Amino acid sequence: MFVGEEKGYQAVVIGSSAGGLHALKTIFESLDGKFPLPVIVVQHMSPDADDYLATFLNSMKKIRVKEADEKEIPKAGVAYIAPPNYHLLMEHDGSFTLTIGERVNYARPSVDVLFETAAEFYGEDLIGIILTGANNDGSLGLKKIKEHGGLTIVQDPNEAESDTMPRTALEMAKPDHVLTLKEIANFLNSLI
Amino acid sequence: MKKKEEENLENQDIEIRLLIEALYLKYGFDFRNYSKAHLKRRILNRFQISGLGSITEMTRRVVYDSEFTDQLLMDLSITVTEMFRDPSFYKALRQSVLPVLRTYPHVKIWHAGCASGEEVYSMAIMLKEEGLLHKTQIYATDFNPMIIRYAKKAQYPISRIKEFTVSYQKAGGKHSFSDYYTADDEKAKLNEVLRKNIVFANHNLVTDSGFAEMNLVVCRNVLIYFNKQLQDKVIGLFMESLPGGGFLCLGSKENLQFSSHYNAFEPVVDNERIYIKKYSS
Repeated sequence: MFVGEEKGYQAVVIGSSAGGLHALKTIFESLDGKFPLPVIVVQHMSPDADDYLATFLNSMKKIRVKEADEKEIPKAGVAYIAPPNYHLLMEHDGSFTLTIGERVNYARPSVDVLFETAAEFYGEDLIGIILTGANNDGSLGLKKIKEHGGLTIVQDPNEAESDTMPRTALEMAKPDHVLTLKEIANFLNSLI
Repeated sequence: MKKKEEENLENQDIEIRLLIEALYLKYGFDFRNYSKAHLKRRILNRFQISGLGSITEMTRRVVYDSEFTDQLLMDLSITVTEMFRDPSFYKALRQSVLPVLRTYPHVKIWHAGCASGEEVYSMAIMLKEEGLLHKTQIYATDFNPMIIRYAKKAQYPISRIKEFTVSYQKAGGKHSFSDYYTADDEKAKLNEVLRKNIVFANHNLVTDSGFAEMNLVVCRNVLIYFNKQLQDKVIGLFMESLPGGGFLCLGSKENLQFSSHYNAFEPVVDNERIYIKKYSS
């Protein structure tokens, strides 16, 4: 059913903004506890937010969820949330780098920053997913993942709480799949 | 398609590395142990704006055109900072560190990587409110001479004042933030009294040595840009600059846990990354 389903994916990156909390909850509560890849998430949030998102998603008790630490190397079956007010970059040796650079698309963390650097490191072994959001962040990053041969998925805009981000991503990145949250979770579980 | 992408990537990485080498050989600015992902993003960003044909052409400009180099240095510097960035850190500093410093006849603080100065002036405001500023000497350093010049002016766009004011209040500020500046339509100028005890200086953490006998070293959100080896070296520099009982403050996502100097320090407020250097036994 899916392009390149038999490929050895190494990581999943997810970008979301307005409405993302609910969308991420839907995916994470359906995710199988044995999910075998690292999941790396940028959700836009207020600069002085604490680590509530990681705590909240971790409380779904499916896979372990934590905030990404600098120099940390992502592990299989763990989800990492970009900390508020930092960009999360994938370093060339596969570790995380956090920076306080300028906002990108008015956002820090920015989805584009994570997606573009992850595309370079993981190449075709990456799955990129854009969810609900009210701005344009993530489209360029998703496009880059596609250019590097990775698999690209966008949440069905008709289902999204805010459809700007998925619609822009659809237009700019021409993703491999447009799926509902349930379908995204099912797809991820099918990788086990 | 993928193969071609990867080939481009490799060539580009070679070109970027040569550019970094040129900056070092020509000017002594050593980015060789910085985060590669960070450098690459910043360099490609400048490349797109520049309209030049290739990164290699940028390297040529670095060698022959100091104005172009200045521009690139600004791109590679960490210039994004705010007054009272992470208010909870300033609150913890006020509660746990300043009362100790108050007992000293004279206080010396080194703010390493001060960029455009916002956090140094935040410190000065707190010291003033705690009655410490008059007996404190702050050394504020950065490797980028242009950003030091900017920091010295103590002048910020008026558009940023609202955000500064909110953070000042969250950090437990005791007065009204507007007591500390005079404003016109475009800019807010911080009061001279805040600037008086600050010495701004050029200093490169990568290539220069440390300062002597500091009571407090503040270096926030600089180490995250360094690789492990350089992080360790710079933490060593801080260690040498502090006597036993001296304080070290890092950024909220930086910690000593993986440093080889870990045992030289102990946490004062762990989650705010405030450490104290142990007295040698």
